[in-house]
Amino acid sequence: MDSGQQFLQQLINALSLGTIYSLFALGYALVFSVLGVLNLAHSAIFTAGAVIGLLLMRYVNASAPVAFLGAMIGAGLLGIILEWIAFRPLRKRGAPRISQLISSIGAAILIVNGFQLLFQSLFGRTEEYFPRGIVAEQPILIGSLSIQPIRLIILVVSLALMLLLQFLVRRTKVGMAMRSVAFNQRTSSLLGVNVNWVFMLTFFLAGALGGAGGLLYGLSFSRVTPFMGQDIALIGLTAIVLGGMGSIQGAVLGGFLVAIFQTFSIALGGSSYRDAFVFIILFLILLVRPQGLLGQPEQNRA
Amino acid sequence: MNFLGSIGISEAVIQFMLVNAILGLSIYVTLYTGMFTLANAGFMAIGAYTGVLLTQQLDWPLWAGVIGGMVAAGVIAVPIGLPVLRLRDIYLAIATIGFGEVVRIVLLNFDQIVSSLIELTTGERTRFALVNGARGIRGIPKLTETWHLVFFVLLLAYVLYRLHRSRLGRAMAAIRQDELAAANMGIDVVYVKNVVFVLGAMIAGAAGVFSGHLTRIITPDAYGFSQAVDILAFAVLGGTSTLVGPIVGGMVLGALPEVLRFMQQYRGLFNGLVLLLFIVYLPGGLINPAGWSSLWRQARRERSSQGETLPEAS
Amino acid sequence: MLELKNVSRNFGGLQALSNVNMVVPKGRVVGLIGPNGAGKTTLINNISGLDHPNSGAILFEGVDLCKAPPHVVTRAGIARTYQNIRLFGEMTVLENLLIGQHGRGRATVFEALAYLPRYRREEAALRERARTLLERFQLERFAHMRASALPYGDQRRLEMARALATGPKLLLLDEPTAGMNPAETSALGEQVLRLRDEGMTILVIEHDMSLIRQVCDEIYVLNFGQIIAHGDPDEISHNPLVIEAYLGEEDDGAA
Repeated sequence: MDSGQQFLQQLINALSLGTIYSLFALGYALVFSVLGVLNLAHSAIFTAGAVIGLLLMRYVNASAPVAFLGAMIGAGLLGIILEWIAFRPLRKRGAPRISQLISSIGAAILIVNGFQLLFQSLFGRTEEYFPRGIVAEQPILIGSLSIQPIRLIILVVSLALMLLLQFLVRRTKVGMAMRSVAFNQRTSSLLGVNVNWVFMLTFFLAGALGGAGGLLYGLSFSRVTPFMGQDIALIGLTAIVLGGMGSIQGAVLGGFLVAIFQTFSIALGGSSYRDAFVFIILFLILLVRPQGLLGQPEQNRA
Repeated sequence: MNFLGSIGISEAVIQFMLVNAILGLSIYVTLYTGMFTLANAGFMAIGAYTGVLLTQQLDWPLWAGVIGGMVAAGVIAVPIGLPVLRLRDIYLAIATIGFGEVVRIVLLNFDQIVSSLIELTTGERTRFALVNGARGIRGIPKLTETWHLVFFVLLLAYVLYRLHRSRLGRAMAAIRQDELAAANMGIDVVYVKNVVFVLGAMIAGAAGVFSGHLTRIITPDAYGFSQAVDILAFAVLGGTSTLVGPIVGGMVLGALPEVLRFMQQYRGLFNGLVLLLFIVYLPGGLINPAGWSSLWRQARRERSSQGETLPEAS
Repeated sequence: MLELKNVSRNFGGLQALSNVNMVVPKGRVVGLIGPNGAGKTTLINNISGLDHPNSGAILFEGVDLCKAPPHVVTRAGIARTYQNIRLFGEMTVLENLLIGQHGRGRATVFEALAYLPRYRREEAALRERARTLLERFQLERFAHMRASALPYGDQRRLEMARALATGPKLLLLDEPTAGMNPAETSALGEQVLRLRDEGMTILVIEHDMSLIRQVCDEIYVLNFGQIIAHGDPDEISHNPLVIEAYLGEEDDGAA
């Protein structure tokens, strides 16, 4: 393989990883833009998507599309429950947003440990593999490039979901309600927007996207562990910081950029520095341009 | 001692609890100043590795190792704090989580980094082995005694008690309540924040040295995000309105799994539940009379208004 | 004592202050009035270091403070109060006054930790000065109460006491009588005059024209970020530009 083709191969890997990061980061960004809080339990929802998909395939013999849909709905519902338990009471009390960050960390630990216990009782270990043959495994050859089918599936499905979200937010009444709440909560509720309902919907969408990302991520390694969210939690944070907290386009851009950095830093310097590289980017962005690439600076109140 | 032993609290558990108390105080000073940082697990790691290397490689006594670990953590905190403390709440939290991960990754690859540096400068290919990557350092002598820990916690409590009654201590509280107004009072906010950040790092560093000489094994993965969250949980459980809070919080969270044996496999679940429930229902933590009384009032109000639907607040 | 030279500040496209020139002479009470949104609070923020001008100079006793951070401004001798009260609500009234003296203390942390004599003497002196201020503003009985629990008018007075605790030569008052009744307002006016008689220089932003007439030696009028008039209270109330600026404002005070 010459270097041009190698570059292309790497690029395809980076893109398929990037779509997963973007899907995941979108969940953070949606919640942050509408509620102004950071949901650190989003990584647990990501895991939940993979776990639900796995269980559906394992115990109900669900086909891949059905399991995928189930995972999205299940993860979305988990998002709603989370909003209800970890965010709503604090919001009503007017607690600082750091409190909501802490409660979401608590919820994340709770969910991850719950899955760990579940895995131990179901499988007797803390990892489990997808049934064989769920996704075609024969690599597709284009010229001398060999692409695994799952990579293409990830790309297509994720892009479709992102377009769908974009449509929902930009073109529908529901999306308008979300944007108006994001812009100004008080005014929106005076204008008759049901703010609590919008919050619920936001968490559902964020959860569904995160869950979809989780299942796709699991499928690409054909493995699920209760801790898989931890690998991606900080990557997702880096993605939204990079793109601009609360910016939906920014989250997508950030996800791709992080994946590209990662893939090419592996190609250049070996895998052990992959994560360090990501965090150095996170650091630099926070220090130089905390509003991210596409975000607006936060107003300094005086 | 016999009673404690019968409920599962051996001397080893007490030592563990006291280390937690120190860790609780390390995050307390920053929270008291209104800074939410999750960097203390990273500083604990820096302290642990420095202290252990000093006692192992140079045969220094424990107390010298503790001071060495504190100094190392404090020195590293300066260049981290100066840029990072310009950030506020969520951004500060994210940046400090990132710092913790960088510390972990650097420790994992430390030997390799040094080897390649040596190769670059001298051209010699050597295999440098000091911290052993993911395997960590093993066979550390158990130098930490219970009285060391008791002494250190008491010393720390005294220092913080006096600090609260000093200009610096009042400035810390003022910055927490209103940063801009504090600056208008003549308080150099940037300076105070950095001093406190370094102080927290040094306390965490000391805890790292003590715990390294208790567990006798240190690995980079022991100081990751979950350790950072554990430290946070000590402060949240105990509360940060007085310095007794984090001490109690750390000790309780250290003791509970031992006392309630059946809980051991649910320990993670329990930690999560503590964070969630306390932040939601008792945000001031255990040691916080005002919080308890408001919780009590709220419970009574709800009992008296049972059946009525509460108006939805938006 | 304080001199603003061509001070301009814009936020994005919005010109909040343009070429403001102003002089606050020593020992005088200067008023700054103007309709809502004229840039009065922006001006105070720029003087007190919370915000910095894009161009121009802010000279205090000949030193340019235009880029100085707030604590440096305070230590140079400028103190302020806020339009929306910003006390340290979780602290007691006395502690608020101790915080105000932060820049005046000299004892180091180590002296405090070791409980050395200099720290103890200094601490006693700070408390003594706080007591004097409490007396002056009739707040003694609240000394150990949480600041947030004080009645509104007392919170305003405490804020002024806290500003004085920093030991200023120039005091900036941002709408000190907002939310006060006429009796409280005139009592506050008395305090301001008493301070002036003791040699304090004061710049007061106000909506309430009765206070302005009661205390001010001279007045600047700010509109759309520009000084449109300057003079003594009589001149200002008859200045056609000022009357025009206030027309359309429901505020009836200016004419």
